[in-house]
Amino acid sequence: MTDAPVHLADGRWVGRSLRRVEDPALVRGQGRFTADLKADHFVRFVRSPLASGRIVKIEAPEGARMFTAADLAAVKPIQPMLHKFNYRPIAQPILARDVVRFVGEPVAAILGRTDAEAEDFADQVELDIETLDALVTADEALGDNAPLVHDEAPRNVIVEGIVKTPDFDATWAKAAKIVRIDARSRRQNATPMEARAGHASFDPSTGRVTLTCTSQMPHLFRTTVCDALDMPESELRVIAPDVGGGFGQKMSVSPEYVMLVFLARRLRTSIAWTEDRRENLIASYHSRDQQLSLEGAFDADGKLLALSGDIVANIGAYSCFPTTCGVEPLMAMAELPGPYDFRAYACRSRGVATHTCPIAPYRGVSRPSITFVLELLMDKAACELGIDPVDIRRKNLIAAFPYTSATGLVFDEASYRETLEMAAKAIDVPAFRVRQKAARAKGKYLGLGFGTFSERTGYGTPAFAARGMGITPGWEQVEMAMDPSGFVELKIGASPHGQGLRTTLSQIVADQLGINPNRIRVVHGDTDRTPYGFGTFASRSLVIAGGASVLAARKVRVKLLQIAGHFLEAAPEDIVLEDGNAKVAGTDRTIPIRDLARAAYHGAHQFQKDFVPGLAETATYDPGGTFSNACHVAIVEVDIETGGVKIEKYLVAEDAGRIINPMIADGQIHGGVAQGIGNALYEEIVYDETGNILTSTLADFMPPTAHEIPPIELHHRETYSPATITEAKGLGEGGGIGAPAAIVNAINDALSPFGVSVAEIPATPQRIRAALRAAEQRS
Amino acid sequence: MTDKVDITLAVNGRDYDIRVEPRRTLADTLRDDCGLTGTHLGCEHGVCGACTVIVDGAPVRSCLMFAVQAEGKAVRTVEGLANGDTLHPLQQAFMDHHGLQCGFCTPGFLMLATGVLEREPDISDEDLVDVLSSNLCRCTGYQNIIKAVRAAAAEMRAK
Ligand code: FES
Ligand code: FES
Repeated sequence: MTDAPVHLADGRWVGRSLRRVEDPALVRGQGRFTADLKADHFVRFVRSPLASGRIVKIEAPEGARMFTAADLAAVKPIQPMLHKFNYRPIAQPILARDVVRFVGEPVAAILGRTDAEAEDFADQVELDIETLDALVTADEALGDNAPLVHDEAPRNVIVEGIVKTPDFDATWAKAAKIVRIDARSRRQNATPMEARAGHASFDPSTGRVTLTCTSQMPHLFRTTVCDALDMPESELRVIAPDVGGGFGQKMSVSPEYVMLVFLARRLRTSIAWTEDRRENLIASYHSRDQQLSLEGAFDADGKLLALSGDIVANIGAYSCFPTTCGVEPLMAMAELPGPYDFRAYACRSRGVATHTCPIAPYRGVSRPSITFVLELLMDKAACELGIDPVDIRRKNLIAAFPYTSATGLVFDEASYRETLEMAAKAIDVPAFRVRQKAARAKGKYLGLGFGTFSERTGYGTPAFAARGMGITPGWEQVEMAMDPSGFVELKIGASPHGQGLRTTLSQIVADQLGINPNRIRVVHGDTDRTPYGFGTFASRSLVIAGGASVLAARKVRVKLLQIAGHFLEAAPEDIVLEDGNAKVAGTDRTIPIRDLARAAYHGAHQFQKDFVPGLAETATYDPGGTFSNACHVAIVEVDIETGGVKIEKYLVAEDAGRIINPMIADGQIHGGVAQGIGNALYEEIVYDETGNILTSTLADFMPPTAHEIPPIELHHRETYSPATITEAKGLGEGGGIGAPAAIVNAINDALSPFGVSVAEIPATPQRIRAALRAAEQRS
Repeated sequence: MTDKVDITLAVNGRDYDIRVEPRRTLADTLRDDCGLTGTHLGCEHGVCGACTVIVDGAPVRSCLMFAVQAEGKAVRTVEGLANGDTLHPLQQAFMDHHGLQCGFCTPGFLMLATGVLEREPDISDEDLVDVLSSNLCRCTGYQNIIKAVRAAAAEMRAK
């Protein structure tokens, strides 16, 4: 078997907007989510009300069963590892021991026979914590006499990266113009509609525990929980049933899951935890929270010669597992150059610990922030050099491939310029400028903004190995078996949470085997039933699990052709599989595939001695990775009186390689853009100066509704990836990456008559008004 | 802890005789006592609408209503939407127009839309967006939900 791309262009199923097999159960309310399971006991976590403090006393109310750190002497903390010389390994305790480090940190677990009883007990716990000084922002944590969040991390820096290309200083000196941006990407929460939940059940007959939970990576959850509890992995089964969205938040293994399995084993019972929304907002993982300063050295024509960056990420109180807190700052440093062609680059990136909720990956990871700041820089440079924003991008986008970036990333191929041109044409920039001028004359402020980006997708172990994580994910494995009735079961290590992967994979496999997708069942999210894998994150499942599925299907196909050759008395090369039949090309000799399947199991005697009965195959795929790209464009209207922003038009020109199911692909982009719009304009986790969270309901956090999300116009370009088997690139995250850049650039374009701009997301009315007020005061 | 009371809840045309604490929400009761887990809880504070069910013809947030308040009223949940094997036009439209991804918000949207279209079959497209903005979806970006509901509305009107 080779990894060469297979051409599925004449495939009958790939490329079609097939209805999702996932849907019938979900629209009937027959989805099976973690919180639907019954349990004998319910657990509530008693959480710290203080950002920083020393635990003096925890006392359970009468009749309640409570566990604290003292009960967990034999349980190991969660230890995310990064093998980088400048990473300080910080372990996260399962329950806080001696000190608390953020509001929401679990300090005790308390049980009830019902959820309500557990909640009542939790309310009555006497918790005495002596207040210590809290560090809430990265600036405070980096301050000269700041206390330490962890003794192991001097100056509270947990991870730091520095790059500088040898030609940097010399190139910098040649600049005609230095343009600077100081931007902030505020703290946000991925906010899946289903919060986190877990249900651990002990089976006395086997001694095993089944943990059903909201996980994007069940196998890694199993490994991590077993490591903490020092138990064999064979004793734990992890099931991710229907998962109500994850967006990265559900890939980190949090202490609560370790606690659930610990309790189920200790009490030999079933035990459930369903996080409430307040817990999700204060104590699940947060994201973003970065200060980014960028300087670009341009020549007089607007060509970017060199880029220098300083990135400070407030990573919260602990490092998340498995990606570690390096995921945002280090990836930002590596991928900051984005789609632009320049050779000289210098960057420093720091992850700083504070007394806030830990940060974890969230759709797009670092790219929404770096795209935002880089695209702001491009617009500012265009403005200062008197160049059109489209022209400055034209001048600087990478055009020749393969291309090796200043940080050593290899872009196999992409269509940065083509998608920019598609987008610019579709939006009709000259017509907009006329309209903008006329509107301005009437006191209506319209703005146009672009967000161009490159998104690394579907990368395998080499890319992860370079990161030096304690565990190196990357590959995916599948097990495929055609049963004697000719139906296929495909078991995958990937574990989707709404992306329709069962549908898209069945399309891919159907083409390989010449059968209808409805004869293929995709099994996922159960460590007992599926091969080890890394789950679903980083726009990888369709690319990597899809590639592995093709490889496995090819093996099954080879065998089917062999068997068909025997019955049809033809050479396997002359046989095609289509419409459920094996046919000798150019003849009317044909046999149903299900007859071949039956023969593979029940007719082994008919074949040669070396024939291996059955039609079960395994395959592994581990690609080097590829890049999707897109250009997002927004037209907004800014209300100068209120600072409110209305999106008048939103357009995406994107290239994610071969599209397996256009309907699903469009849906992923819509959803990503909507989250990006939320990130750009509304959503923010706000702490007060003591480290208490002021935004602990959805009414405060403000995810957008149908009102705020405009129709999204999509333009596709399919540049088939030479780097992946299916020629697809990933697209799960892209929608969210371009939106903050496009929207804030549009806002700034609208604000240009006032000589002000914003460089902060979310660009709330308050921030826009503050910028305008500053201008009013100046004049 | 409060004493439990006996109530009879009429859900999807069937009576459930159950014992609940008076403080128990309708959502928890439907899910835990009636075993109808199609109704989902996304916030329990009335913002997300995932828990929307129909009570006496009107969509309500079942996390904001006590089960005892629903006694004597007709409750409808997503489980009662299809007619046997035949899906409700809204269910079909959500599938046809890719109005769901993870499907967690879907029951709430379906019940919200059902309640509204039954009461106001001729609702304008703009008003429909208005109504749909009372529920949150984190996956779909809403466009396909709006499309699905408009398509179902047209179909229901045609019938
Ligand atoms: S769960 Fe009822 S509105 Fe969110
Ligand atoms: S489909 Fe996932 S929240 Fe709406």
